[in-house]
Amino acid sequence: MPAPGSAVAPAGAGAPDHVLRIEDLRTWFDTLDGTVKAVDGVSFAIRRGQTLGVVGESGCGKSVTALSVMRLIERPGRIVSGRALLGDTDVLALSDKEMEATRGDRMAMIFQEPMTSLNPVFTCGDQIVEALTVHRDMSQQEAKERAIEVLAKVGIPEAKRRARQYPHELSGGMRQRVMIAMALSTEPELLIADEPTTALDVTIQAQILELMKGLREQNDMAIMLITHDLGVVAEMADEVVVMYGGKVVEQADAIALYERSHHPYTKGLLASIPRLGEKRRRLDVIRGVVPNPLNLPSGCLFKRRCPMAMPVCDSPPPVRQLEADHISRCWLTPDGGPPEVGMNASPAAAAEAAAALSVEPMTDPDAHKAVTVGASA
Amino acid sequence: MTDQPIIRDEGRGPSVASAAGSDPPLLRVEDLVKHFEIKGGLLGISTVGAVHAVDGVSFEVRRGETLGLVGESGCGKTTLGKVILRLLEPTSGHVYLKGRDLSSMSRQELSEVPKQMQVVFQDPYASLNPRMTVGEIVGEGPMVHGLKDKAKLEELVRDLLAKVGLNQSHIHRYPHEFSGGQRQRIGIARALALNPDFIVLDEPVSALDVSIQSQVLNLLADLQEELGLTYLFIAHNLAVVQHISDRVGVMYLGKLVELADVADLYAQPLHPYSVALLSAVPEADPRRRKRRLVLRGDVPSPVAPPPGCRFHTRCWLREQLADPERCEVEEPALRDVGGGHMSACHFAEQVTAETVAAVAAVSVDQLLASALDPADAAA
Repeated sequence: MPAPGSAVAPAGAGAPDHVLRIEDLRTWFDTLDGTVKAVDGVSFAIRRGQTLGVVGESGCGKSVTALSVMRLIERPGRIVSGRALLGDTDVLALSDKEMEATRGDRMAMIFQEPMTSLNPVFTCGDQIVEALTVHRDMSQQEAKERAIEVLAKVGIPEAKRRARQYPHELSGGMRQRVMIAMALSTEPELLIADEPTTALDVTIQAQILELMKGLREQNDMAIMLITHDLGVVAEMADEVVVMYGGKVVEQADAIALYERSHHPYTKGLLASIPRLGEKRRRLDVIRGVVPNPLNLPSGCLFKRRCPMAMPVCDSPPPVRQLEADHISRCWLTPDGGPPEVGMNASPAAAAEAAAALSVEPMTDPDAHKAVTVGASA
Repeated sequence: MTDQPIIRDEGRGPSVASAAGSDPPLLRVEDLVKHFEIKGGLLGISTVGAVHAVDGVSFEVRRGETLGLVGESGCGKTTLGKVILRLLEPTSGHVYLKGRDLSSMSRQELSEVPKQMQVVFQDPYASLNPRMTVGEIVGEGPMVHGLKDKAKLEELVRDLLAKVGLNQSHIHRYPHEFSGGQRQRIGIARALALNPDFIVLDEPVSALDVSIQSQVLNLLADLQEELGLTYLFIAHNLAVVQHISDRVGVMYLGKLVELADVADLYAQPLHPYSVALLSAVPEADPRRRKRRLVLRGDVPSPVAPPPGCRFHTRCWLREQLADPERCEVEEPALRDVGGGHMSACHFAEQVTAETVAAVAAVSVDQLLASALDPADAAA
């Protein structure tokens, strides 16, 4: 409940517009075979009441980004650099004790498998009561009443009886609801949902998605929704971040991303999914597989699978601004043509061009609107 | 039978697929039932109940076609696949493969079935023996069935690897050296090794990333065309099933509730459950955030399925028709509602755009109201 104020962002102009702002986050894992840069320079921001979808395939770093923000990275992983501002508080700079007070209070996380966050030896009610007595200083009785209230709120019938049951007595959809109830019991500013419906059947998924929409509106909460399901993202997200190989490769508002995607990886993903109501004989494919994280290619990480790859892709691509709310990490020009510097530019010329073309990542939801195309380096 | 059995039957090819309608079915399932007994009592040996996993399912699979089976977890689709493959013994009912009743075959006769019928499982990590090389995994079937010549076996395996898009030089590698998509290709190569007519594909792409999923789906389509294969494609992803299937069956609580040509079923589902299932799928288009028809509650337990129509406890149409008693007492038969479109609903004719629209508008509001009211009252 007390907002720890030990790590206040410098030079914040008044109350921040964002609920969460991640700046240049790097989370690496030291393994015997080398360092895996699971998250390598990720930046984005989420506004109040907004749902930001983070999409990408296994190993792209989407879950590690979330776990870093929750400070749940364990050895051999380590957060190498970056900031994660929850309001004005850099959660990465908090002490463990301060973090414990923040986690489950101002921000909460739900997982794909509810049993990872539900304790099998406590009743569902008791687990929510615990969260409330720790974070909200409630009496046992108050907390009990509140627990039943939130269980009912997430659409659990007979909440009073369910509160006395153990997690194993519930179905998958019900467990997911209990986990959501637990996460929401303290009314967090930010909910991080990591594949919240992936393990559920579609009709139950539909229930949970509708529920999350309703609760978001009611609580004015920000949601970071991590998923590989492009349908779920289209349904839920206001803005979408596409990750590949530990980096953000494209970010845009949802409609722009689905209708005017720029990065060949995003385009490939959208073309490769079968869609309801359209029958194609063959699906488009993204050739090859995700690169080995221990042996990433130089320059663009996607180049070996990219149908548009050019020699210049051996140099790290610029982060281009395409529209006010739309960036893409690619050498292709905004209209998809070869880069200004030429397809065969020397590494030195490419580096210079990339620096000149790149914009600051969209970490400040409003500031980036002022940035003009091709401005800062 | 030394090295002869592995010769491709050249007589059968893609041309057969187009003539599907008039042919006798490749596979016929007749009133198939699979119950799993639940043991209980003091000694744990008396039977106290049964899980009604598959409960009287009949359908046909035509030569050269892909029949998709969809449904949610616990609907019995995987059990059905396993009973067809005789990996599980049916409680009752018959499975006819090319007119021959599998359920009455002797062990000797059954050992020849793998040459006609094969399976690819969901989890490419669990279904490949980690101690065998790719060559051993793919070559095991032909070897057991009489191909003893090492050189010929290796040649066959190399051909199969090439066919599924794997590098032939990887023949001596172990499963852990491959990615998920590549392992699924190994599983497909293994299924093809005995040159079967019919393959049961049980969630073959569910564990794969989207970019890999499309590669495997294309491979399956190519192989079907090239080899004239017939597929039973079991999956929960409705978009994937639509993509690959010619006809689709929808299962709910051990019953087949709808069966139709893929275009008909997706354009106009005629069972209230199929309508809800399709309505629940999120579409990859942010401009089409549809108002969903959200079903209330969970699927009832298959230990004690509801009487009458098994869907009646969650049915939106029944509610709209003011809860007719018939749904609770009389089990609906799977019947032809027109043009071969089969639905197991007493009121299938009433599943129309109008009734669907009416309920879709209400039930989202209802769901939110029931979910949010208590908090509002407390606030």
